[in-house]
Amino acid sequence: MQEIIKTNERLPFMRFRGIMGIISALLVVASIVSLSVNKLNFGLDFTGGTLLEVGFEKAADLNRVRGALDQNGFGDAVVQNYGTQEDILIRLEPREGVKAEQLGTDILSSLRSAFEQTVEMRRIEFVGPNVGDEFIEQGGLAMLTALICILLYIAMRFEWRLAVGAVSALAHDVILTLGLFSILGLEFDLTVLAALLAVIGYSINDTVVVCDRIRETFRKFSKLTPIQTVNRALTDTLSRTLVTSLTTILVLLTLFFLGGPLIHGFATALLFGVVIGTYSSIYIASTVALAFGVSREDLMPPEVEKEGADQDPLQ
Amino acid sequence: MLNKYPLWKNLLVIFVVLMAALYALPNIYGEDPAVQVSANRNATIDTSTMDRVKSSLENADIQAKSIALEEEQLLVRLNSDDEQLKARETILESLGDDYIVALNLAPATPGWLKSVGAQPMKLGLDLRGGVHFLMEIDMDEAVRKIVDGMKDTIRTELREERIRYSAVRVNDTTVEVELRNEEAYAAAASYLDGRYQGYTLVEDDENQLLQLQMTDQKLAETRDYAVSQNITIMRNRVNELGVAEPLIQRQGANRIVVELPGVQDTARAKEILGATATLEFRMVDSENDVRDAQNGRVPFGSELLPMRDGPQQLLKEDVILTGDHIVNAGVGYDEYNRPQVNITLDGVGGNKMSMATKDHVGQPMATVFIEYKATDERDAEGNLQFTKNAEVINVATIQSRLGGSFRITGVGANEAQNLALLLRAGALIAPIQIVEERTVGPSLGQQNIDSGTQAIFWGFILVLAFMVVYYKKFGIVANCALAANLILIIGVMSMIPGATLTLPGMAGIVLTVGMAVDANVLIFERIREEIKAKRSPQQAIHHGYDSALSTIADANVTTLIAALILFAIGNGPIKGFAITLAIGIITSMFTAIVGTRAIVNSVWGGKKLSKLPI
Repeated sequence: MQEIIKTNERLPFMRFRGIMGIISALLVVASIVSLSVNKLNFGLDFTGGTLLEVGFEKAADLNRVRGALDQNGFGDAVVQNYGTQEDILIRLEPREGVKAEQLGTDILSSLRSAFEQTVEMRRIEFVGPNVGDEFIEQGGLAMLTALICILLYIAMRFEWRLAVGAVSALAHDVILTLGLFSILGLEFDLTVLAALLAVIGYSINDTVVVCDRIRETFRKFSKLTPIQTVNRALTDTLSRTLVTSLTTILVLLTLFFLGGPLIHGFATALLFGVVIGTYSSIYIASTVALAFGVSREDLMPPEVEKEGADQDPLQ
Repeated sequence: MLNKYPLWKNLLVIFVVLMAALYALPNIYGEDPAVQVSANRNATIDTSTMDRVKSSLENADIQAKSIALEEEQLLVRLNSDDEQLKARETILESLGDDYIVALNLAPATPGWLKSVGAQPMKLGLDLRGGVHFLMEIDMDEAVRKIVDGMKDTIRTELREERIRYSAVRVNDTTVEVELRNEEAYAAAASYLDGRYQGYTLVEDDENQLLQLQMTDQKLAETRDYAVSQNITIMRNRVNELGVAEPLIQRQGANRIVVELPGVQDTARAKEILGATATLEFRMVDSENDVRDAQNGRVPFGSELLPMRDGPQQLLKEDVILTGDHIVNAGVGYDEYNRPQVNITLDGVGGNKMSMATKDHVGQPMATVFIEYKATDERDAEGNLQFTKNAEVINVATIQSRLGGSFRITGVGANEAQNLALLLRAGALIAPIQIVEERTVGPSLGQQNIDSGTQAIFWGFILVLAFMVVYYKKFGIVANCALAANLILIIGVMSMIPGATLTLPGMAGIVLTVGMAVDANVLIFERIREEIKAKRSPQQAIHHGYDSALSTIADANVTTLIAALILFAIGNGPIKGFAITLAIGIITSMFTAIVGTRAIVNSVWGGKKLSKLPI
């Protein structure tokens, strides 16, 4: 039998819960500070404006591109390489007075006249400023709705202490992932938002499995202290937690390296989110539940179990 | 017996997977470059059209793969992209303007698959290339137009009834009629009371003022009509562009989504779609002096408007006719080879024009070109503000009483072309503005497909390899489930008509591949635990599946909640992600629980085993 952990002992996870709690708290504070100081580097979806991706035949000289744009009155354009040397990305803030949806085509034609080689239009995006604001509003709303719906479901299925633990783990993951994007200044667009919601889905999935086992262990072993119970449950689920994280990280790595530049932010958010989610489902959910004083009595099923219900049915 | 499935359960699993495979099959056949011909107004498509297309292609030496008549459309499949372009030109030349000839990619699904309704997945614009527009309608202007029309009607009718008024004016959604004296007031009140549907009459005896207020219901109807009329017009305009499989859809209260797959020339598309130009025909006020008006003394009932390439013109406020009565418009040339726009009106429009011009022969009539331009400002309710740019493009003396058809001269060749197109496609009742645009070039679309497929392929391989190494033969069972899951996702995606595959959608499939094994990991880890707890192999399998079940369900329901919320709020590509994620979750539960159990049961179930290969 091949196993990641070969032990029959219960690992003393909860011995480190103090230090882990402090680390997590520090990370959360750092994230929040960065989010309020650096803010998020919102992408076009949220800020509004015009974005243009063009492909050159040979490696593009960014300075020449900038010069050509400057001459045509697009001096405020941000120009950068995208994915390869031949691809460049041009971004413009929303402008007043100019028919904004016309900008993309204007830039393209001014580039075409400035360069002898063919300039291929790969992508033009224009988002009106108000549409951007709506996306922010919708995105925030979606996030909140998701958290509340999941909280309700968990509260219905589990005891409230575990539910609070699970949702704290979720909030922890979301804040840290947002913090990472803020600290590194990575662009935050709609696909990253989608990834964040997927992180919520993944992390809760992981946490539910752990909580489920904590409840089961409480019911099964009446003599263990809450801390021993949690340690036992975490050890029992550890190889599952690691295997699932591993397979998910494997596919996310292929997505990161092969999925193309458009999906980079998405893959980054998920990769980080899955790693954090794995950690939080081990440490955060259970620590919080313990802090709220979760105990065996809280988790016993409401009705008296029938005698022999835990025995195998006769077949 | 422990761990034996009844026959029907095994058959069910096989049936589901086979069905999914059948419906997933069309996706591997790819697409043929094709030219799609559909009829514009007046024309029909039948076998004779087909013969014309056939012979024109033969003359041009273009080999068509097939020519077929489908749902009142002619689909010509070709062997290469080059031939596709050539074929389009050839067909366009031979059929003329009455037909819309569009480039398309037609799925090369074999007939027997088509006959069971199997189709390949719809690809999103980010994979196919094309343009996505989100447009916003100016509702205030739509309402204003209706109230303005009401004002004109009341003026005319009061005049005909010989009721003397001192003013008829518009105030927001109300038409106010100010009467000269009590007698007129009484006459007007009784005449107007209950005459117009959708308006309520408010009487103000003291000031001899009558107010016709638009009812809320009429207001709502007007707004609704503005959207549906705009959609119709967009459809007409899109047809003019010659796009295969466009999508035009209402979104929210005042927005329209337009998606044009495969369109390259976005500049032209935008010009045609976004233009909110309309025409008005008005009499020139020749009784008053233009110079007085320019000095600020604009006579009541008249308006000073700029003229393209000329001095300002003083026009009557009353509109003889608006652009929505135009049935057809085309470009022609006069005897000096100058471009002109020939206009044909509908019956009502013809009558109006005839009535209005009968007493004005010899007097000048102006053609006003009105364009709405969006400003960046919004009002308190967040509605876009538009400015109305009215410009006289032409003043001509009415030579004789005009009827159902006439012409406008004095426009440039390009302008004539665009004007005719806009008029033909219908003038927009309310101005519209593009608030979001996403254009994806064809090479990027193909690149997105390639990288998405690569990611799915390698992700799949890595997970398969890991599972075999880690769980041995049980890993192979899980891999079968994973493969079946992939087939199920693609099959279901192809079956649901509204589902579109996007790049984030492909990412969703990749993610599902990684996460789908989770259910099996849970089960297998349980089985290992049971074995450690010294249960017999059969007991271990039985317990492993049983006790993992509720955990799997809980874990997946929560992810499903996240996916559903994503679907509800997301835009196109994000919706694609939510769809594949949600489908993946559901199918993976089936394959990982029922599917693997069927295999496990038939391989190991009911046998005497000393140990399990897990």
